[in-house]
Amino acid sequence: MPVAIVLLPLLGAIVAGALAFIDPGSRAAKARIDKLAQAVTCGALLISMVLAIITFNSVAINGQTQTITILNWISSGELEINWGLKLDTLSAVMMLVVTVVSAMVHIYSIGYMHHDPSIPRFMAYLNLFTFFMLVLVTADNLVQLFLGWEGVGLSSYLLIGFWYDRPSANAAAIKAFLVNRVGDFGFMLGILGVFVLFGTVQLDPILAGAAEHADTVLNLFGGEAHALTVICILLFIGAMGKSAQIGLHTWLPDAMEGPTPVSALIHAATMVTAGIFMVARLSPLFEQSDIALSVVTIIGASTAIFAATVGCVQNDIKRVIAYSTCSQLGYMFFACGVSAYGAGIFHLMTHAFFKALLFLGAGSVIHAMSDEQDMRKMGGLWRMIPVTYALMWIGSLALAGIWPFAGYYSKDIILEAAYGAETGVGQYAFWLGVAAAFLTAFYSWRLLLMTFHGKPRADEPVLARVHESPMVMLVPLFVLATGALVAGFIGYDAFVGHESGAFWNGAITVLPGHPALERAHESPTWVKLAPLAVGLAGIATAYVMYFLKPDLPGRVAAAFPRVYRFVLNKWYFDELYNAIFVRPAFVIGRSLWKGGDGAVIDGVGPDGIATATMGIAQAVRRVQSGYIYHYAFAMLIGILVLVSWYVLRSV
Amino acid sequence: MNNLPILSLVTFLPLVGAAFIATIRGEPAVVARNARNVALLTAGTTFFLSLGIWFNFDTAEPGFQFVERSDWMPSFGIAYHLGVDGISMLFVLLTTLLTPLCILASWESVTARVKEYMIAFLVMETMMVGTFCALDLILFYLFFESVLIPMFLIIGIWGGPRRIYSAFKFFLFTFAGSVLMFIALLTIYLQAGTTDIPTLMQHDFPASLQIWLWLAMLAGFAVKLPMWPVHTWLPDAHVEAPTAGSVILAGVLLKFGGYGFLRFSLPMLPEASVVFMPLMFGLGIVAIIYTSLVALAQEDMKKLIAYSSVAHMGYVTIGSFTLTVQGIQGSLFQMLSHGIVSAALFLVVGVVYDRIHSREISVYGGLVERMPAYALVFMIFMLASVGLPGTGGFIGEFLVMLGAFRVNAWVAAFTATGMILGAAYMLYLYRRVILGQLTKDRLKSILDLKPREILIFAPLLFLVIWMGVYPKPFLDVMQPSVDQLVQRVEVARANMGEPAYAGR
Repeated sequence: MPVAIVLLPLLGAIVAGALAFIDPGSRAAKARIDKLAQAVTCGALLISMVLAIITFNSVAINGQTQTITILNWISSGELEINWGLKLDTLSAVMMLVVTVVSAMVHIYSIGYMHHDPSIPRFMAYLNLFTFFMLVLVTADNLVQLFLGWEGVGLSSYLLIGFWYDRPSANAAAIKAFLVNRVGDFGFMLGILGVFVLFGTVQLDPILAGAAEHADTVLNLFGGEAHALTVICILLFIGAMGKSAQIGLHTWLPDAMEGPTPVSALIHAATMVTAGIFMVARLSPLFEQSDIALSVVTIIGASTAIFAATVGCVQNDIKRVIAYSTCSQLGYMFFACGVSAYGAGIFHLMTHAFFKALLFLGAGSVIHAMSDEQDMRKMGGLWRMIPVTYALMWIGSLALAGIWPFAGYYSKDIILEAAYGAETGVGQYAFWLGVAAAFLTAFYSWRLLLMTFHGKPRADEPVLARVHESPMVMLVPLFVLATGALVAGFIGYDAFVGHESGAFWNGAITVLPGHPALERAHESPTWVKLAPLAVGLAGIATAYVMYFLKPDLPGRVAAAFPRVYRFVLNKWYFDELYNAIFVRPAFVIGRSLWKGGDGAVIDGVGPDGIATATMGIAQAVRRVQSGYIYHYAFAMLIGILVLVSWYVLRSV
Repeated sequence: MNNLPILSLVTFLPLVGAAFIATIRGEPAVVARNARNVALLTAGTTFFLSLGIWFNFDTAEPGFQFVERSDWMPSFGIAYHLGVDGISMLFVLLTTLLTPLCILASWESVTARVKEYMIAFLVMETMMVGTFCALDLILFYLFFESVLIPMFLIIGIWGGPRRIYSAFKFFLFTFAGSVLMFIALLTIYLQAGTTDIPTLMQHDFPASLQIWLWLAMLAGFAVKLPMWPVHTWLPDAHVEAPTAGSVILAGVLLKFGGYGFLRFSLPMLPEASVVFMPLMFGLGIVAIIYTSLVALAQEDMKKLIAYSSVAHMGYVTIGSFTLTVQGIQGSLFQMLSHGIVSAALFLVVGVVYDRIHSREISVYGGLVERMPAYALVFMIFMLASVGLPGTGGFIGEFLVMLGAFRVNAWVAAFTATGMILGAAYMLYLYRRVILGQLTKDRLKSILDLKPREILIFAPLLFLVIWMGVYPKPFLDVMQPSVDQLVQRVEVARANMGEPAYAGR
């Protein structure tokens, strides 16, 4: 059955993909093909979802963990890799989240992509993505995990570039793939390091054997180094790429070029959380290296605050949510960094619900606004699309961490754990996390107020067509909104509370020396209240700036022009990378081609020899003068040389 | 079946077909049609015959199988000696698979001197299969060098505008390398007193001599592979060669170099191989980074793929000289999958070249609009070239990097940059050719893949996925022979006092 969960979406993708190649001929036939593709893909996903719920029940609730080996994949020397599934609480949680959100996005897409000419292709890509994501979360070895990892990257590339006639979409797709590959470079080296250290890449022996290698020192990269520290940092580089952490985050905002359901599924709820999943999956390894954990914490916390600042000044509704995602992923990472993996996965789950809700809600807005995404051209929509408005409120309340919404529970426990770690990096994460929580609430209400309140700023024809979305789009939103409402207090005890030991059932390892999560429950009252307080403060600030005194934002921006430009330009990461990587690569490539291959190698080599041969031939021609005595003289010299050689040799 | 001289049959059947085509007379159109049919029939039969090797191959046996031996020039101890082991067997199949596909690919695009063209291809098939089967130095050298002649003709007669320059450059580069190699082979004969390859693989040459022999052999194999900096003939040859010529060049001829390393340099000269390991790592890494960057700047599709081949062969160099099981198996696997993927990519270029008659990237754009099936095929091979897991391209690269990491983490790290750079130039190529808006008038009536073209791509697609999802049958074939090879090198390493690697 678990195999079916993974393979059904692949089957759906193949069928829908084949349907995409049928030339329909008539419009009626096209409509039939589109319907069939939607039915197949949604059907496959819904069955998958039901099976995943059943599996979750047996694996996570009843504790029936297992590893299923299907087939030998690669064997070479000591290396043995199988196709297999590892089912424990962690993978069951991930399967549940992935299939539920994915199923909702599939259904939503029926309405959202209604007018698109390539429906079967879109549905096939969505199914393909889900397949790879499920491979990723159920992998029983690192290389299969890597296959899922690269596979979701491919699906993401295909879906970002879904509207292939748009240059910006194609550029964003390539950027996503390449930046992810930079991360994968680290991931790959990490896998190789694991093999050298453990002699296997299967997860079960690695996770069980991590403690034995707690102090192993290997000669890597030209020096003796603590093996697990090096390996974990390399693996974490991969996680940074996929989960858009600072430095490798630049692809995520651009990825918003893809259709909005894609942004919700891949670039908010599931794929970008793969990095957190990976760190949690390898918790026994990370636990053995305090340096690696500190790196994870610092990167996570820095991303949380960095992305939140940028989110405050964006005007594209999807980009605001994209930076918000980036920031929330930072929270999940620093939770893992302080060894509160349960809290990280908890936030991963609640975030999947409310962020998918926000994105799909934004999609609903964009749909209503005839594909307008600039919030400066919205405003005053709340009367026209009240259901979407209400749903966006729920999503924003959850994101801002207001009681009793899901985000309140998961974000609170993360910040408390950071405080409870009682380490320098823990404090760093705590304070930046609190500051980011303020900004989170601020930009969320800035988004709500700019979009739904104030005077309508859209054109008359656009306004005339504003309409509430059809039920096929709203029902998935209701499901996700339910999750955003209740996932927090339902999951709290199991994920991070007193039942967590039984719930995780060994899927996550925390060493006794890392008690952040236990201490989190005993943190002082002000720490417990701080996130809620700053959240409310953020909301209030947004109301002042965008509701009561709408001229204030402009005045603030004018008062600090440099800061504003720096943040507006996203801290100039894109400009920096273009200047030091992208443009030089092309310049160097061209100069190596023309200079290296052309001038030096061919110039000295074949062409040079050809020229030299011509020169020698010219010289030889001059020797052939036609005068007998010239030849006679040459012969004489020849005989002389031969004779002297014979004489000298015999001596 | 067991008594059948199957290797001789597979080797010389194409030659028989070629001789038959040579006798065809009559109207030019009729001659052309018959020549095509006979060529396809011959190559097809050869392929099915060669499947007998695959099915009867014993994957537990490290030594040579299907051995045939008879005296040829007994006074010099030179024999007609054929046989395959886990290192060479799959190359024979690669050759017999690609040749019929090449003939199919040339079905409509070659219209001049069809008879001679088909003869050249069949003769070349004999030479290529012979190279991989030969177990006698002289026989090997004969086949190895003779391949140059039909290839030289194919580029020089059926090639593009600058075909003469390219054909000569190809010939001179490879021939110059081979001359040094021939000197090495002669020295080996004089030193060991035999030309029998299995005997020589056990012969211990003096260490000082090994160095010189190794360098002379390197000259021959490096040009063929090709390694940086003797790779510049390859882009020119590919650009001017007809599609099928490029397919064979990239698919099979480039493998001669890597095969040579594994058949001669490593087993016969293990000490020298250990000594030169750092040099080969250096050249391999330069090849990967340098040619990937050059590929990024290309404006000609075939040149881009040619440069990508050099980069992929960098993996082969590095993998072979890690002297580890994974590295060597990886480099063998990389050669096989590159043989399929790069061959397919040249066929992919050929499809649009046949329609538009241009290889310039800027001529194209937005093809997916009119050619969705083509876009899908191109996409899959592009991803295989990028080394996406699940395709054949991944397994080889992964194993090579694993072998490299066991030896030296820096080598693995530099090798892994190919993952990023390779993705950059291939995705950039795909975007410029396939994606975007279809605005150019010339492309507005372009047609999607024809059934014949689908027939060509189908087996390659199947193989590239099979090799990625279930590579076990291929790895099983290689394993015993590679193990044996590694053991021999390990002995040499131990004698030289080198430390053992981490893992196994």
